[in-house]
Amino acid sequence: MNTSRRQHALTASFMQRADLWREALARSRRLAQGMTEDAGDATRMADDYRLLAHDLARARRLLPDTRTREYLEAAYARAHATLHHGAWRLRAALLALFRDDIPAVVWWLRPYILWSSLILALAAGAGYALVHRYPELIALFASPDLIASVDHGRLWTEGMLNIVPSSVLSVQILTNNIVVSLFAWCAGFFFGLGTLYILGLNGLMLGAILAFVSQHGLRDQFLTFIVAHGCVELSVMCLSGAAGAAVGEALVRPGTAARIESFRVAALRSGKLLAACGPLLIGAGLIEGYVSPNPRFPVSAHVAIGVGYWLFMVLMLSGVLFGRRSWATVR
Amino acid sequence: MSDPTPGLSIDSDTGVEVSLPVAGPGVRAYAFLVDWHVRTILALAWYIVAALIFNGGFRLRAPLTNDARWFIWVVAPTFVIYFLYHCVLEPVMHGRTPGKRIAGVRIAARDGGVPSAGALLTRNVFRLIDSLPVFYGVGLIATMATRDHLRIGDMAAGTLLVYERADTLAPPPAKRRADYPLDPAGAEIIGELLERWSTLSVEARAQLARRALTRFAAPFPPLATAPQDDDAGLHAQLQSLLRGASIR
Repeated sequence: MNTSRRQHALTASFMQRADLWREALARSRRLAQGMTEDAGDATRMADDYRLLAHDLARARRLLPDTRTREYLEAAYARAHATLHHGAWRLRAALLALFRDDIPAVVWWLRPYILWSSLILALAAGAGYALVHRYPELIALFASPDLIASVDHGRLWTEGMLNIVPSSVLSVQILTNNIVVSLFAWCAGFFFGLGTLYILGLNGLMLGAILAFVSQHGLRDQFLTFIVAHGCVELSVMCLSGAAGAAVGEALVRPGTAARIESFRVAALRSGKLLAACGPLLIGAGLIEGYVSPNPRFPVSAHVAIGVGYWLFMVLMLSGVLFGRRSWATVR
Repeated sequence: MSDPTPGLSIDSDTGVEVSLPVAGPGVRAYAFLVDWHVRTILALAWYIVAALIFNGGFRLRAPLTNDARWFIWVVAPTFVIYFLYHCVLEPVMHGRTPGKRIAGVRIAARDGGVPSAGALLTRNVFRLIDSLPVFYGVGLIATMATRDHLRIGDMAAGTLLVYERADTLAPPPAKRRADYPLDPAGAEIIGELLERWSTLSVEARAQLARRALTRFAAPFPPLATAPQDDDAGLHAQLQSLLRGASIR
């Protein structure tokens, strides 16, 4: 048998396996799309993977510039993706996230949380001092409606529920807070400056408005309004800022890893904290829509809800709420 | 400047490496535009249907008073469909969306596998940065400036967009006898010609068919009955050659 004839015979016999490749690809698709839970299919997939690898190596030698090789490469890549996709067990994954991962992230972010809280507090102090000294500067931080309302001796929150239903108000508030929180994290990409800007701006606004309402004798009413939802809302702002700061530092000081790799690790790790911030902000938004502007709740109820919800946040972030016994395993 | 045809090399346990071609800004934009249309249509459809049901007649405007039910049943789901489209579909469809499927691409992790749900969510949250200042300006510049055409969300999540050819490539020709001596490359060319037969003009397909027959059928003995040289005859000859009927 001459070389050409032998080559033809080899390729022809090789092509007889086309049905096996088709079956392997179909099985891979079924498993990837979750259309089968057959254990036999899953076992055969591992065999398919080896078969495709073997045949791809042969196709690269026998049929280097053909559609058959391309097809085998695509089928092999698909099988690889299917096999290397971990099982998606939602309940177990969520439990591990809230019980183990998030407490570990909080522990890792401790210095960042401290710094972002300090920045927020300093900015609030600066905002308070600015408006206390130069009251006209309130126009930089608050809307004309808010200023007009306070000028008339009442908080803008009074009668709010007569205009907007609590449910609408809650959804508007929680959506806004979640977006701000996510943005504070993402903005860490600008070497941490974006996060610093968001923390600073929010702190300035808070301090400025506190000074403004104090000048009009509405401080107690204002504090009563914010205490129920504000404890958690401001804490979550600090947490998001801390996560953003970690992302920023990964870019500024990547250490021995490449900058992009360091950024990826920090973003994926710190991003887990945002999974806790989201539900906490939903709760805070509901409180802000239903409790905070409602005059029927006494001050003591506002304080109790605020402190209680903040303690709930601490238990949630420490993992105790999900079965964690101590911090020892986090460190 | 970026390499025009970058690929993601996958090391595997089998020792056989494979390279997945990375999708560039063009196909990314195409997939995004398809998805944008899909989610816009879905969101609008929800709004229209829900508004019609809510108002009990052909009226799409919101009620004059602030009605929480209008907000919860009509407005909120519309925004949820529009803004959470990618966040929900990408994890559920294992790194794909309808737009990506049509464009023939999928999101892959660095090992070529399907990214985790966390990575996909991270990738989507970073759209806040990629979409700055308008029309995905940051993301577009990033995809053009980086070797693997990554936007910021991909860098954060450790993902990239690769072509998924398994869904678009036709499978190789069906099973043949072991003594079938036609070169597989030739069989592919004839197979493709037959696939495209109806889309070609009569002159063009006759010319291509004669050229293919001269090239691939010449070394083999002729058919038992003399074939006709018209359109149908050429088609029959190609089919016979592909089946191996002329070779004994």
